[in-house]
Amino acid sequence: MSARKRPGGVSPLWQIRTAIDPRHYWVLALCGLVAPLLGWSLASSLDGVDKVFLPGPADVLTRMWTWASEDGLPADVAISTWRVVAGWALSAAIALPLGLFIGSYRSVQALLEPLTDFIRYMPAVAFIPLVMLWVGIEEGSKIAIIFIGTFFQMVLMVAEDVRRVPLAQIEAAQTMGASRGEILERVIVPSAKPALLDTLRVTMGWAWTYLVVAELVAANSGLGYAVLKAQRFLQTDKIFAGILLIGLIGLVIDQGFRLAHRKAFPYLAGRH
Amino acid sequence: MTASIQIRDAFKTFGHGPRAIQALDKASLDIRPNEFVTFVGASGCGKSTLLRMIGGLESLTSGSITVNGQPIAGPGVDRAMVFQHYSLYPWLTVADNIRFCRQLKAHTRDRTSADVEKASGRADALIRLMGLSHVAHAYPNQLSGGMQQRVAIARALMSRPPILLMDEPFGALDAQTREVMHDLIRHVHRIEGSTIVFVTHDVEEAIYLGQRIVLMAPRPGRIDTLYDVPLPAERHQDMKLAPEFLALKRQILDRIRETSGMKTDLEQLARLSAEAAELEA
Repeated sequence: MSARKRPGGVSPLWQIRTAIDPRHYWVLALCGLVAPLLGWSLASSLDGVDKVFLPGPADVLTRMWTWASEDGLPADVAISTWRVVAGWALSAAIALPLGLFIGSYRSVQALLEPLTDFIRYMPAVAFIPLVMLWVGIEEGSKIAIIFIGTFFQMVLMVAEDVRRVPLAQIEAAQTMGASRGEILERVIVPSAKPALLDTLRVTMGWAWTYLVVAELVAANSGLGYAVLKAQRFLQTDKIFAGILLIGLIGLVIDQGFRLAHRKAFPYLAGRH
Repeated sequence: MTASIQIRDAFKTFGHGPRAIQALDKASLDIRPNEFVTFVGASGCGKSTLLRMIGGLESLTSGSITVNGQPIAGPGVDRAMVFQHYSLYPWLTVADNIRFCRQLKAHTRDRTSADVEKASGRADALIRLMGLSHVAHAYPNQLSGGMQQRVAIARALMSRPPILLMDEPFGALDAQTREVMHDLIRHVHRIEGSTIVFVTHDVEEAIYLGQRIVLMAPRPGRIDTLYDVPLPAERHQDMKLAPEFLALKRQILDRIRETSGMKTDLEQLARLSAEAAELEA
């Protein structure tokens, strides 16, 4: 494979912002994925490396298998997914309308945005004692932690998405006689929809990162809980398996959102 | 349908107190029914501000603007507006963009089935008039800039507005596309009978389109001079080379330069390059 050269003699691989051959792309992407795996495998097989300290890929895969067949992995995945989705959906249900109003009305922005900005810098983890005090140690508390971790960021992002609707789109509707309600319903919401779906995708990722924290609270099931318990019993391979599974589930959901984005907004695939 | 516009001592400042910026200083102007008026001037002369005030998108600090003697209160269906860009709805097809106003309450009130039929005929007629038949079901971002502006104009015309306000609508188009759009908008003016107020920074565009030119000057924004365009109602591209066209263009360009202080820029440039030459020597 000889790389086509531009004037100046530099290969396209090293040109700033230049498209590269798709074959090169896939080879590089594969290398990027396989190399760390090989490195991990190599490092764990070295003499003097304790399995408790660094299990190999094979150990982790075996552990995943026994976890799935004997140790209730499907149930752990189900309960964790439920907690994440519930916490995230609850924050979306409140953040979407609230963000819409913050982004549309300066008065609502003045009233709520400084407060939200302040709260979002408070660490969600530090709310655990309060959540246990107020919500208890049932399912609600895990959902509440995920909610606290995602909600305040989500409100601000939704408001920003709404503010990014071009003013000309709103003013055009005004000069066509649209009422404020009609502008919200027929211009701002449909115009912001693609950005909003992206915000939901990104905040779903954050919700997963709060899972382990949420399952610190008196949980006896779930992926995060399994990782924490594995630590107590020095089952390093299970820690690896849990982390990898959470990453994998996150990746699948993320790709699902991207697919939905392409299907829901075909008009974005234009010539620009 | 057509309408007249009366502007009396329209005054506008942005901001408050000592930091307030005077955007427009007591402008007065009468625009006749079915007149095609163009506003030109250097940036900061308040031409867009005045247009947006007529459109009801900008409030007046003092003074008044009336349409057919009725004071305006905010935007209204009698004054449609075409923006420079980003005003189309990318999630709607060309045809649905043009029909957008039909779903608004302001247009569905007191509507009969005959009206609905007439409106669908209107949309089809506008699509044909604007040369959009082959892209009626495409989305705006699949179109070129010129085609997008055709959609924006068709959408503004949909409700038969007596007044059409255009804020540098062709500012982002290339020269050839612009010429086509000029003839198109003059055709629209003739057959629709609407009053058109057109803002541009392109003097040639202002002369070719307008029956009357309002030259505005900056610091503070104000109406400086009115020019009647000495061209017949029927216009074609060759007229841009006619002596009276060129004379008026020269006159207006000179006046813009005088009012905007651009001459001093040239002198300064000459001085700077002389200094640079001296340093090199």
